[in-house]
Amino acid sequence: MTATLETIGLYRTFGALVVADHIDFRLEKGARHALIGPNGAGKTTFINLLTGRLRPSAGQVLLNGVDITFDRPAARVKAGIGRTFQINALFNDLTVLDNVCLSIAERTGASRLMLKPAYRHGEIVDEAMALLYALHIHDVCDRFVSDLPYGKQRLVEIAIALGLRPSVLLLDEPAAGVPSHESHVIFDVLEEFPKDISILFIEHDMDLVFRFAERITVLAGGATLVEGTPDEIRENQIVRDVYLGESHG
Amino acid sequence: MLEIINVMFHGAAFGMVLYVITVGLSITMGLMRFANLAHGIFAMVGGYALIVLMGRYGVPYPVALGLAFVASCLMGYVLERLLYARFYGDSELAQVLISIGLIFVAIALVRIAFGPQSQRVDLPPYLQGQWHIFGLDWIAYRVFIIVVGALLILALWFGIERTRWGAKVRAAVDNRAMAQSIGIDTSHIFSLTFMLGSGLAGLGGALGVELLAVQPGYPFEFLVIFLMVVALGGIGSLRGTFFAALLIGLTDTACKYWIPELGSFLLYGLVIVFLGLRPGGLFGAQT
Amino acid sequence: MDGQRLKFYLPREPFEITELIPWVLGIAVFFLLPEYLALAARILIFIILVLSLDLIVGYAGVVSLGHGVFFGVGAYAAGIASVSLAIHDPLIQMLIAAACAGLLGLLSGAVVLRGRGLTLIMLTLAVASLVHEAANRATQLTGGADGLTGVVIGPLLGLFRFDMFGKTAYVYSLVVLFMVWLLLRTLCRSPFGASLIGIHQNTMRMHAIGTPVQRQLLFTYTLAAAIAGIAGALLTQTSSFVGLNTLGFELSGEILVMLILGGVGRLYGAFVGPVVFLVAQDYLAKQFPENWYLGIGVLLIVVILYARGGILGLFDLLVKKGVKA
Repeated sequence: MTATLETIGLYRTFGALVVADHIDFRLEKGARHALIGPNGAGKTTFINLLTGRLRPSAGQVLLNGVDITFDRPAARVKAGIGRTFQINALFNDLTVLDNVCLSIAERTGASRLMLKPAYRHGEIVDEAMALLYALHIHDVCDRFVSDLPYGKQRLVEIAIALGLRPSVLLLDEPAAGVPSHESHVIFDVLEEFPKDISILFIEHDMDLVFRFAERITVLAGGATLVEGTPDEIRENQIVRDVYLGESHG
Repeated sequence: MLEIINVMFHGAAFGMVLYVITVGLSITMGLMRFANLAHGIFAMVGGYALIVLMGRYGVPYPVALGLAFVASCLMGYVLERLLYARFYGDSELAQVLISIGLIFVAIALVRIAFGPQSQRVDLPPYLQGQWHIFGLDWIAYRVFIIVVGALLILALWFGIERTRWGAKVRAAVDNRAMAQSIGIDTSHIFSLTFMLGSGLAGLGGALGVELLAVQPGYPFEFLVIFLMVVALGGIGSLRGTFFAALLIGLTDTACKYWIPELGSFLLYGLVIVFLGLRPGGLFGAQT
Repeated sequence: MDGQRLKFYLPREPFEITELIPWVLGIAVFFLLPEYLALAARILIFIILVLSLDLIVGYAGVVSLGHGVFFGVGAYAAGIASVSLAIHDPLIQMLIAAACAGLLGLLSGAVVLRGRGLTLIMLTLAVASLVHEAANRATQLTGGADGLTGVVIGPLLGLFRFDMFGKTAYVYSLVVLFMVWLLLRTLCRSPFGASLIGIHQNTMRMHAIGTPVQRQLLFTYTLAAAIAGIAGALLTQTSSFVGLNTLGFELSGEILVMLILGGVGRLYGAFVGPVVFLVAQDYLAKQFPENWYLGIGVLLIVVILYARGGILGLFDLLVKKGVKA
């Protein structure tokens, strides 16, 4: 069966440093797949290779069986890959509504339109508001992003990615920087996502990983250390020694 | 054949002056990521300092050169602490505008103090006329420029590659956040480097008084060519700035000599096309 | 100046009554200050030019130090059309000017916009220097350093001669300004305008949502160039002369100052800036030419340090304080 997103022998170097070491990876349809590993393991690099921000030195990236290895980022977005950034990449001096509308307008092609004022594009605004409701941040739709607490900003980051109606969602530490008593909100929201979106997320908080992931890949030194179900990973001796002991919370 | 050597010689001298003036800009651009369009001010100050010191106070040429360097260093330090430091990390537009404001002020002050005409200086007798080297006659002044320029390059290379200051600068240029996190006092490095860069610009302006006319419009008039050298060489690259300065010096001189009707037109065109194809310049990072 | 807090998709009033102020003033000047129509027309022309600059610098976030080149190209295109091609109809001249400036904008933008930061700034300067040098050398066509004389402007629409009191020139400029303003106001409130601001505030994010950033910037750059060309044509038509200073760097620097002075990124700043700058210049520069330059420099530094939003920004602050009190 064709995986939604797949890499074959993905390889990338920076000078003498190997940041992606022949990674074979499958993201199945509807997956809730976590990517974990120590700092510097190459997790964000892997996401950058998937989205096209980085070109691989060798190997392939396939989307629904189609080779997208050399497609530019914009093309991959159109093909249905959305991502969030580890550090918020938002439009800080625009309202929450505008932030989300920008991505929706890009998807529908409305961003090319120059005649009607933006607020009269009801279909965009309606869709944006529906998204904001789903993420429980509709109450701050008219606030400027830089005025919001970091946790809410993180949700706006996710909303922007969702505005693209991606079939694949790559989340780079969605709860990063959010105080731990608030981070569950983000995963509450993720749990409500429709099952046909395939999600790959990088995360350090093991509670969140085990709560949400149906499959886990452990990356270290740019290579896949081990991969399996949460139970298998929990039982795996290497992972327990290297990783689980230290990274609780 | 003789013509070609002559043109290359003049071009090399011009390139040297350009290098000495712009190397400071390239480093501070790479280091502080500050779009300092007002860099030409320091070169201008150096030129005027030389002229005033020699013309009004009879200071000998080598001493005047040194003092021009010092004067520009001081001015650079003061301006950096008072003004420039507030804009690190600020928007590019703000940096550009502050630079332009400084240029306006400098031009006006200079015009009020010295008048609008180009200033001349009498070179010391041992630099006038020609020197006989390798069986050919070379204009002494330009040989001097090339020699001094070469010495400065060596000194700079030594400073950057072999001293602790240089190591810190290189670290901070490569990765500022990393440099800060290992305890490099970036603000101190910035001041020092900016001061040095301004001083070099002043020295270059003083060295090049016969090549780049010293008059109030100096910072605007030569802005394009200074920026071209830095952009072509690749921002932050010493080596790149050197080759770019040499290239531009040679090209400009050659164009003006052989195709005077076109003047600088060809030079601008070539640089534009090149940078359009390789925005990072000769040795800069390609996007 | 990056803190421009614009809103696009939230519901709002289609018009505000304050937007009528410039037009009321514009019409009032025609009747109340007939001796100043020449200066007033010049101000209108610069408002058009600074509007185009605001589009590219304030909205799209492209810092250009060579925007004046499009103004100059438009001015020369209109003049050369008259002198060399015997085209005297002002509207056709304007069309030619817009086309020439727009073409240069398209060609140079394709190269210039590939750079970033200092390289981009330098490229805008280089293009302007290139054209300036070309105009300086092509004395047959442009009159070189002496400028282009002998420009003939036919009657507008075949009916309105350009009189020596500047009445036709003024009304003509006002109408053109109105149309340019309408165009830009519409564009800047549209989803396209929103995406321009998006590119300005976070280019990386725009790439990540699939925006064709280069294409949008190039379009905007070309449009701004064409509008600047229109302003240039107007200048030629109202003064029957074209000089090299229309292509000079001083002009590009001055319009940047005007824009900041008025307030960048809000379109109306482009109305306020030129009025204040040109009126002050008309009065002060003649009396104290050295100190004028000094004053502008100091003013610029002070504005960047303490009042980045320009005059309109200060005005906003006052209004906010007034509301709180």
